[in-house]
Amino acid sequence: MVKKAFILIFCFLTFLSFGSTFHVGRNQKYKTIKSALHLVEDGDKVIVHGGIYKEGNIIITKSITLEGRNRPVIDGARKFEVLSIKANDVTIQGFKIQHSSYATLDDPGGIKVYESYNVKILNNHLYDNFFGIYIQNCRRVLIKGNRIIAFGKEEQEIGNGIHCWKSDSLQIIANDISGNRDGIYFEFVTHSVVWRNISHDNIRYGLHFMFSHDDSYFTNIFKSNGAGVAVMFTKRVTMMNNTFEKNWGDAAYGLLLKELTDCYMSGNKYIENTSAVFMDGSSRIIMRRNEFKANGWGLKIQANCTDNKIEGNNFIGNTFDISTNGNLTLNSFDANYWDKYEGYDLNKDQIGDTPYHPLSLYSVIVEVNPPAMLLYRSFMVTLLDKSEKLIPSLTPENFVDNRPLIHLIDL
Amino acid sequence: MSRILKYVILDIVKNKIVIVYTIILALFSWSAFSLEDNVAKGLLTLLNIILLTVPLVSILFSTIYIYNSSEFIELLVSHPIKRNRIWTSIYAGLCLSMIFAFIVGAGIPIVLFADLGKAIMMISVGTLITAIFVSIAFLSSILSRDKAKGIGVSILLWLYFALLFDGLVLFLLFQFGDYPIEKMMVGITAFSPIDLSRILILLQLDASAMMGYTGAIFQDFFGTKLGLFLSYFLLFLWAFLPFAFSLKRFRKKDL
Amino acid sequence: MIEVKNISKFFGKLKVLKDVSINLEKGECIAMIGPNGCGKTTLIKSILGMVLPSSGEIIFDNKSITKDIEYRKNIGYMPQIGRYPENMTIGQIINMIKGIRNSDEELDEELYHQFHIEQLLDKQMRTLSGGTTQKVSATLAFLFNPKVLVLDEPTAGLDPLASEILKEKIIKERNNGKLILITSHLLSELDDLISQVVLIQDGQIVFHKSVLQLKKDTGEDKISKSIIQVLKEKVA
Repeated sequence: MVKKAFILIFCFLTFLSFGSTFHVGRNQKYKTIKSALHLVEDGDKVIVHGGIYKEGNIIITKSITLEGRNRPVIDGARKFEVLSIKANDVTIQGFKIQHSSYATLDDPGGIKVYESYNVKILNNHLYDNFFGIYIQNCRRVLIKGNRIIAFGKEEQEIGNGIHCWKSDSLQIIANDISGNRDGIYFEFVTHSVVWRNISHDNIRYGLHFMFSHDDSYFTNIFKSNGAGVAVMFTKRVTMMNNTFEKNWGDAAYGLLLKELTDCYMSGNKYIENTSAVFMDGSSRIIMRRNEFKANGWGLKIQANCTDNKIEGNNFIGNTFDISTNGNLTLNSFDANYWDKYEGYDLNKDQIGDTPYHPLSLYSVIVEVNPPAMLLYRSFMVTLLDKSEKLIPSLTPENFVDNRPLIHLIDL
Repeated sequence: MSRILKYVILDIVKNKIVIVYTIILALFSWSAFSLEDNVAKGLLTLLNIILLTVPLVSILFSTIYIYNSSEFIELLVSHPIKRNRIWTSIYAGLCLSMIFAFIVGAGIPIVLFADLGKAIMMISVGTLITAIFVSIAFLSSILSRDKAKGIGVSILLWLYFALLFDGLVLFLLFQFGDYPIEKMMVGITAFSPIDLSRILILLQLDASAMMGYTGAIFQDFFGTKLGLFLSYFLLFLWAFLPFAFSLKRFRKKDL
Repeated sequence: MIEVKNISKFFGKLKVLKDVSINLEKGECIAMIGPNGCGKTTLIKSILGMVLPSSGEIIFDNKSITKDIEYRKNIGYMPQIGRYPENMTIGQIINMIKGIRNSDEELDEELYHQFHIEQLLDKQMRTLSGGTTQKVSATLAFLFNPKVLVLDEPTAGLDPLASEILKEKIIKERNNGKLILITSHLLSELDDLISQVVLIQDGQIVFHKSVLQLKKDTGEDKISKSIIQVLKEKVA
């Protein structure tokens, strides 16, 4: 009995000790973050007040909350990784973290999380770091409301905004990322969600997926990135309500899909990209209710793509709606709206009475012979396309939408 | 010279064909801008019309006008005035009147709808295209005394620049498809004022991205100040050379 | 006044003028006659500078015409068929030619008034009849008081009244000491007008005689008849 009571009191005392708070700042008890971190136990809270802290590499090894007030600045002086997290249940919030080192060998980051779980990184500014936030071998990490800005000029001189490697159950929400190599990078990351982020003006991809199965991304905006968004070697990705905009350049894609299977894409908007969607070696993808507007190429679908369903999408004002490099098609097009469709609807069922062949002869020519773009919008090309529409002879016959819609789909 | 020029212009602008041409251009332009949902698309639609109808009307009307003026030219030659001046006055008169028709018909809506840079580009190219095809008309009408033959040559030349040249380019592209010929293609455009104008305008309308890798190469050339200057220089050359050649022939021609 | 020296003209292989030489003096009214395609039009066009001879030269008032176009100030030309830009008015045509000539000398507006051109100044050329167009051409030819008049079928297409006005004007100017060159097929029209006849055949001048001499040689009293006589002789 006495022993039991003793244990209870012990537990109570320990519980109390969970609440200890350390204040860091020029006018506080602790002048440096490191001096506070030496003393903390699991469950403690460190509050850092406004000011600049240049303390080399700060390593967190206990499960603590590190909170900035009046946005304190932690500066790596371009020599150190700024903040390293090597403990579970850590929360970092409210800092401005800047000037990490620029080595390429050990990938230093503004915030780097090593083999941990239940980590939260909230509302920080990451300014001019090599990698912004780096996650490796982690589970259940929440990255929310951060602003990540870098000033990369060349691909090899800068890291990624949010770099995730071999992790699971990540949530990446409402971050604003620009000027990095890739805005968000996933490699071997599973069961994760990317939601409401804005990734723009990055040198390579706005979002880059490799070998990352069972992930979803919703309602993100990817704009003016060097090469758009790439999703590669991945299964079961859901992509919904994202916007892919103004990814211009000779090798820029709104969305590049390579070796992708069993994915679902819906409600996405592709606006003013050189190529909106490029599909290579991909199969069993369902594209439904997306909008392709004012792109050079709407959908470039390589001949090695099979069993994809393209249904109920809007194709508006693209130079070419569809192009392909072969003459065999194992994909289906059904009930899309094509603004170039010139058929009629006598029975007023809103479905065109004649099938639509979305592959123009000129797009086939350009695919084989890119310099033929020289003749873009020339009278001869118009003539070629019209005659091909009347008597299809060179374009694959099974590239057809048998139920083209008469009216734009309201998305 | 100005004395003949003034009356030639007065004569041409009162011509029914020129008036109808002006009205049709205006109809096309206004409808292109009001039917398309944005200005850039309107400009692209208009571009197609300009690159097709302006050369055709310019070359045909000018050819017919020159042949119909042959007796008048004879009469002028019997007066103390140099042949150079007569021929140049008629060229200038035709050019200015057709350009005037183009600017009234298409230029006004372009200025009203498009932003200044694009409008200037579009109007300058339309103006040059007009001058170029009037110039080519002088060449084809000096080559033959027979009016029907001359008009035939004019139509053929128009067909060549509007259509056959592009076909030829396509043929070459496939013949040399295995070689890196993108840069050579930039040079090829110099041989067709219509292609040259089309690419200039397309790049001005930021359509280069829509043209992929080839577009990037064009942008590299035509997007620079030097490229722009060279293109305009080439267009001026096109407006000058056929006429200069016809002038040389006209000075020695028996009327 | 006009000296044609050994001019030849080829159109391709066709030799239209064969080494033609002729002297045309002022105060004469000279008829150029000959069958179609004989080269008389080419000869006249050479004098007017419309056709450039293959060889030989033409001297006008002691100056070669190839060097300087100013001699054309002294020539009035009336074409056989006048065709003018169709939307120009008569007034504009006259003003334009005045502008080209840019002459300070007094204008000879006799035909202008006699043909009542002043009432037609606003008429566009395409609305005119052939006769009215000829009146405009004649007016323009005489307007600048030139020393030489070249008239190609001047009375063809004119109504008898206008034709008479023109003939009287031609006689008047001849008497004023001008050189008048006329080509015409209407031989009977020429009787009162001309003082010399040039017959051209196959690019060569058959003869160049005064009317008196011609009549004397052939024994006919009408020019038309004398010429027919000559032509018959040649065939025989």
